[in-house]
Amino acid sequence: MLAVAEVTPSWYLVLGALLFSAGAVGLLVRRNPLVMFMCVELMLNAVTLTFVTFSRMLNDVHGMTVVVFVLVVAAAEVVVGLGIIVALLRKQPTATADDLSILKG
Amino acid sequence: MVELVVFLIAAAICLGGAIGVIVNRNPVHAALSLVATLFGIAVLFIAQEAHFLAAVQVIVYAGAIVILFLFVLMLLGVDRSEDLTIEPIKGQRITAAIVGVGILGLTLIALASTSGEATGARAEPGSANEIAEGVADIEQIGESLFTDHLFAFEITSVLLVIAIVGAVMMSRKVRREDRVEDPLVAAHQAEAEARAAAAAAVSPDSDTHADAEEVEA
Repeated sequence: MLAVAEVTPSWYLVLGALLFSAGAVGLLVRRNPLVMFMCVELMLNAVTLTFVTFSRMLNDVHGMTVVVFVLVVAAAEVVVGLGIIVALLRKQPTATADDLSILKG
Repeated sequence: MVELVVFLIAAAICLGGAIGVIVNRNPVHAALSLVATLFGIAVLFIAQEAHFLAAVQVIVYAGAIVILFLFVLMLLGVDRSEDLTIEPIKGQRITAAIVGVGILGLTLIALASTSGEATGARAEPGSANEIAEGVADIEQIGESLFTDHLFAFEITSVLLVIAIVGAVMMSRKVRREDRVEDPLVAAHQAEAEARAAAAAAVSPDSDTHADAEEVEA
């Protein structure tokens, strides 16, 4: 029988840090605006995981309430961002992040 | 033992999905990898007894946000692969790796400096925001949302309305007769037209002058 390590809250925090940096790297590396948006979602999710973990650690429900707000803000952000991207890609189907410098349309 | 296995599997799904988002050339595959990550995080929420948030995570993120991504990808037909071998800015990859490792290092140092303990104040025993045993988390989140965070909750509805209006404005096709003229641009154009007309009025004169000079010569 293997020695069973106990899952402490800091494991979740480390995982959150890993996901956050993965999202940050993806945001900096990718050029497709849609994939960049997905990387932002990745970072937001890492933060929500951290919030829930702290909520458990401090035995306080406010951390979970904040997650609900993060979810709403993420939804609003995606709706507006995708609107911009739709307007951009309709003009120029091969647009990358570099072409976003001409936002006026 | 069960908790460990659940954590390891969910963490592997999360990280695998995250790497998939970054390295997949096709945006549709990246969106599907994102679903894997979101699902893994929902499992981790359940492991931490945040059942309501896990359900919301699956419904809102996997069910709404990723579907929105896929709709945009497929309706616009921009799901062609991106050539990842091109590095648009020289040294971008290396800089991104340094930034990523830096963020990771800083967060881990911050975590290690408190030896994995949360430094914030614990909820006071018996207070409304303490997570009580045997009370459903949806009940507690609801109570917290509609008492302590009521104003923020109401403002959220305004945010959503603004987002919807913004999205409709942005993605609607502008018809020619609907196009609003910018007064500055119109004034600029009128000025340019007047200048062109003046130039046109002057040039026949200069032509006749030239003709007259030729005649004199």
